[in-house]
Amino acid sequence: MTDDVILQVKDLKAYFKLDEGLLKAVDGVSFDLRKGETLGIVGESGSGKSVTNLAIMKLIPSPPGHIAGGEVVFMGDDILKMPDDGIRKIRGNKISMIFQDPMTCLNPFLKISTQMIETIVLHQGLDKAAAKAKAVEMLKLAGIPAPEKRIDQYPHQFSGGMRQRVMIAMALSCEPEILIADEPTTALDVTIQAQILELINELSERLGTAVILITHSLGVVAGMCDSICVMYAGRIVERGTADEIFSDPKHPYTQGLIKSVPRLDKVSTQRLYSIPGQPPNVINLPDCCPFFPRCERAMDVCKTKYPKVAELGDKRTVACWLYGEGK
Amino acid sequence: MSRFIVRRFLSVIPTLFIIVTLSFFLIRLAPGGPFSGEKKLPPEIMANIMRKYHMDEPLVNQYFRYIGDVLHFDLGPSYRYKDQTVNDLIGNAFPVSILLGTLALGTALVLGTIVGITSALKQNKWQDYAAMSVAVLGISVPAFVVGPILMLIFALKLKWLPTSGWLSSRAGALTLIMPIITLMMPYFAYIARMSRGSLIEVMRSDYVRTARAKGLKEGVVIRKHVLKGAMLPIVTYLGPAFSGIITGSVVVEQIFVIPGIGRIFVQSALNRDYTVIMGDVIVYSIILIAANFVVDILYGLLDPRISYK
Repeated sequence: MTDDVILQVKDLKAYFKLDEGLLKAVDGVSFDLRKGETLGIVGESGSGKSVTNLAIMKLIPSPPGHIAGGEVVFMGDDILKMPDDGIRKIRGNKISMIFQDPMTCLNPFLKISTQMIETIVLHQGLDKAAAKAKAVEMLKLAGIPAPEKRIDQYPHQFSGGMRQRVMIAMALSCEPEILIADEPTTALDVTIQAQILELINELSERLGTAVILITHSLGVVAGMCDSICVMYAGRIVERGTADEIFSDPKHPYTQGLIKSVPRLDKVSTQRLYSIPGQPPNVINLPDCCPFFPRCERAMDVCKTKYPKVAELGDKRTVACWLYGEGK
Repeated sequence: MSRFIVRRFLSVIPTLFIIVTLSFFLIRLAPGGPFSGEKKLPPEIMANIMRKYHMDEPLVNQYFRYIGDVLHFDLGPSYRYKDQTVNDLIGNAFPVSILLGTLALGTALVLGTIVGITSALKQNKWQDYAAMSVAVLGISVPAFVVGPILMLIFALKLKWLPTSGWLSSRAGALTLIMPIITLMMPYFAYIARMSRGSLIEVMRSDYVRTARAKGLKEGVVIRKHVLKGAMLPIVTYLGPAFSGIITGSVVVEQIFVIPGIGRIFVQSALNRDYTVIMGDVIVYSIILIAANFVVDILYGLLDPRISYK
């Protein structure tokens, strides 16, 4: 089954040196991505989802950040060991990204055409006219009406949803192997959210692109993802297929998350569940399970040692003392 | 765009009118007058002088007479320099100040942005610390310190440059160097700090991250995606800076004995030379208004989000 794995992240660590101490934003994250798969990375704000994915592209702002260890193997090569030239051939070409806030992610001073054409010319070696035709085609695929006209406009002439469509068109214009979508719908209103997710789904399927979908919304991953990683305080606490995670969550944190989703099918008069407490400050975190102060099933061992990752099946892991050896 | 320019141009008229009116009455509130000297003149002579300059009439009449003259581009006679009109005085001094100011601001702009960009790209490295230390010096050391120190080193000790004079003297263009350096220092420093800050901010912005994620080279990212947005605040600053550097060259003009408009302004204020003060005020206001006007138009050309209707 490993031959169709296109991206392998192994024990990735990304730290930030701050005045207050060492912030371990990502601390030993591992996962695989198969061709055409949609992987969801779920977690609260500050759990390290975005940093993980910036690290995959080696785009962590440095200083203060740096990659402290691990491997990101893409089609046989470790991206983290590549020279800058090599990485630039991957960015925007083999792996591309779309970001949370489409209002600020397009350059306000340049026309859409300029911003789209430069990527296509750079990676596909087309001349400007051909690149523009390609860009128009991509905009059309992304559902922009009258793309021949709209392409010569500036970002401020587009609405938020339309801008995210432009971002998607731009990101997919070189038909990448992997699309990293970092909370692509968080800044949009609900009806537009569904359309954008549908669009990502449809286009990635058509182009055979694998998608890493970063989100804090379980509802979003439930509808879209084949497999899911749940992150907490810079580490993956549980991993499995979407079915496994939703039908049989193992980690108390995942269980809590799923309990906190409002359900339409069960009428309830009780208040919606929420996990007590706050996510931990990951600066100078001691070697313990970072979730134990909020965990209903915390034991003594949780306070002194980070749990060993228990393998529960093929690609199914959980990092909790309730499972595996620690049981 | 052309409608905006016309409308904006017309709005200058009431602005200038208000400035002229306020200044006319304000300077007459100050004690003393152009003819009050240490030695009191005999009353008959005083009365004659007052009559000659229409100063015996009610203030309102004087005001309307003045406005009428100004509308004919006549700024009146100087009360102190009896053989010169205000038009002559300003006409001779104004080109000097414009030349000095433009050269100084141009130098400040070029050097300031170069230093600012270098600092931003080498953020928190020694180049950055060195440049920003110079910038702090430039902002905090006033012209009346910088000028004499330069003079001491380059004119008196090294004898490379003339101490003072302006173009016409034997040294020619060499006389420009020290005044330009002295005058540009704070502007250079400010532009350097501002462009550094603005560049760093834009380099951290989301759209620059997008540009990097597209696989563009860092050089292309800076040239194509960073510079334009980062330079906009500098353009805004150039308007007030231009009028500031022209009107604020008083000290430099004094130190290097430059026959510019700043010296005339200070002299006229001390002498209560009403017409010269008024003339200067009008010239300064026009410069300020014009500079901001040009900046507004530039802004519209640079930033697609701004459109003038």
